[in-house]
Amino acid sequence: MTSKTSLGATRTAIGDAHHDVDVLVIGGGPAGTWAACTAAAGGASVVLADKGYCGSSGATAPSGTGVWYVSPDPAKRDAAMASREAMGGFLADRAWMKRVLDRTHDNIDLLAERGYPFPLDDQGVSRRDSLQGPEYMRLMRRRVKEAGARILDHSPALELLVDEDGAVAGAIGIRRQEGTRWSVHAKAVVLATGGCAFLSKALGTNVLTGDGYLMAAEAGADLSGMEFSNAFAISPIFSTVTKTRFYQWGTFFYEDGSIIPEATSRRRSIIAEALMKGPVFAQLDRADEKVQAIMRSSQPNFFLPFDRAGINPFAQRFPVTLRLEGTVRGTGGLRITDKSCATSVPGLYAAGDAATRELICGGFTGGGSHNAAWAMSSGYWAGEAAADYSRQLVQSSARRLRPAGGAALAGGRERAFDPDAVVKAVQDEVFPYAKNYFRSGDALTESLGKLDATWTKLRNADAASAEHVVRAREAAAMTATARWMYRSALTRTETRGMHKRSDHPSQESAQRHYLTVGGLDEVWVARRAAPALERKEVAA
Amino acid sequence: MIELVSKERCTNCNICVAVCPTNVFDAVPDAPPIIARQADCQTCFMCEAYCPVDALFVAPEADHPVVVDELALDEAALLGSYRNALGWSPHFRRHRGVDNSFRLNDH
Repeated sequence: MTSKTSLGATRTAIGDAHHDVDVLVIGGGPAGTWAACTAAAGGASVVLADKGYCGSSGATAPSGTGVWYVSPDPAKRDAAMASREAMGGFLADRAWMKRVLDRTHDNIDLLAERGYPFPLDDQGVSRRDSLQGPEYMRLMRRRVKEAGARILDHSPALELLVDEDGAVAGAIGIRRQEGTRWSVHAKAVVLATGGCAFLSKALGTNVLTGDGYLMAAEAGADLSGMEFSNAFAISPIFSTVTKTRFYQWGTFFYEDGSIIPEATSRRRSIIAEALMKGPVFAQLDRADEKVQAIMRSSQPNFFLPFDRAGINPFAQRFPVTLRLEGTVRGTGGLRITDKSCATSVPGLYAAGDAATRELICGGFTGGGSHNAAWAMSSGYWAGEAAADYSRQLVQSSARRLRPAGGAALAGGRERAFDPDAVVKAVQDEVFPYAKNYFRSGDALTESLGKLDATWTKLRNADAASAEHVVRAREAAAMTATARWMYRSALTRTETRGMHKRSDHPSQESAQRHYLTVGGLDEVWVARRAAPALERKEVAA
Repeated sequence: MIELVSKERCTNCNICVAVCPTNVFDAVPDAPPIIARQADCQTCFMCEAYCPVDALFVAPEADHPVVVDELALDEAALLGSYRNALGWSPHFRRHRGVDNSFRLNDH
């Protein structure tokens, strides 16, 4: 459809900053930093490129998160694995859960050794099932540097580089504070670019626009579980702070002050239904003074918006909304083909929210604890495997690399597209609860028609200008992500995990399988068998 | 969104320019950074957490700019309040590592 000629010469030229390394990690959140640390510990030379600043970027840094840290006691491990199997629609894989529990336990203990200030309880026991984002990510940045990896901040990747055999061999991007380009030639690449929350401003997620999905798909990778992509979180309507858990102590009200029956933080669908009709208010009126004090000291960021807006959330009602968290809290992402977190493309690994989390969560994630465990475990494995792969690769110095990117990079015949207009067009299909929270075949088909047309338009458009290229690539990634989401959602004609079909409201045993999705101009979906069950499937 | 870079407090260290994940600030030679792309602010409060002199203020309103009064913020002890809560400022080190989340789980 498009030629590579217009930018080809400059895109393959060595940029203003060029690095030749064993492993390139793209993304500097929890998954990327763990990957960089393990790759460097394995003897690899490593560059980590972050779109923003490694340490503050991503959904974890500004938040607090639970961690799936469970003592090795077999009964406790078994209970931990069983606890969310039904909620996840019986798509999680116990073998993966076991190894993530093991890896997370070791990683968290390592953090304690490296100085993370875990609190002591009244018995003097170090409690390690919660991480404060700012503290955690500041420590991880320090660890990456101490491991000898080089960090490129404010360096969004634009596209991957591939060799003649189609193996991934680096990436190129922008140094946005200098207005220059970077290129990294690497023997292996770890994508730790996070999920896609569609610029919803859910806390810390506006750097998470599905960039890694698009780059990987352009190199030939596919995805899995993209129907599980409609996570929504509660926040005050004016604010970004999404901490759904605290609303467990809340009551929800209509505008006239009457209570919304059965609306709770766990039954958000009732809140979504109410929001489709009018404003919804919350008050954390069920937290006693003791709980209030604990909340304040465990999650300081939760109170910033209230304190600054002069609202006492325990005593006053405040308007709330549900912000889309997409695949950040949803479980879809790049398909993992083996225990090393390899993707279907040689030389390319995926970790954290960039990779599918179905393996440990199935089709639903409750709190953040599994997400944090997955990020640090998959990051650890991907970094280790990328370092191993780079050692085994017989590097031909004559390896000819080409950039794999298409949309917004390779020039088409039409005028360059307006990234903001594309972002808005995609948001109009994925934000409304009537389209994405409660899905139906008709609405999905209608949205896909619009999203496919948007994709075609941006594929036929000329390359974006240097000034707009980062936002244009984000817009393209969001468009591609929405199409994979909705094509998968249309294929899954049942309700399972977070995927709710109003036209197919029950869970069908015959559809207990994974859905692989891929393709750019033509999107395709295929079924894969789910792992055998250790106990019988029952509806959640 | 970010609403204030206090000229009185700022030491032109440009840490906020470096740490803002959405690249909202621009450095200015021998002067405090400017808020160059306010619409890109994702209201994550990270710049405040890292500002060593509490010169920044992020208003909770995420979708539209609001007017803030530096004196009033100062009097209400809101400048630096996030850094204090995290235990990242010298006088509030005792808050660092106080994460009582486990007490909610146990409650």
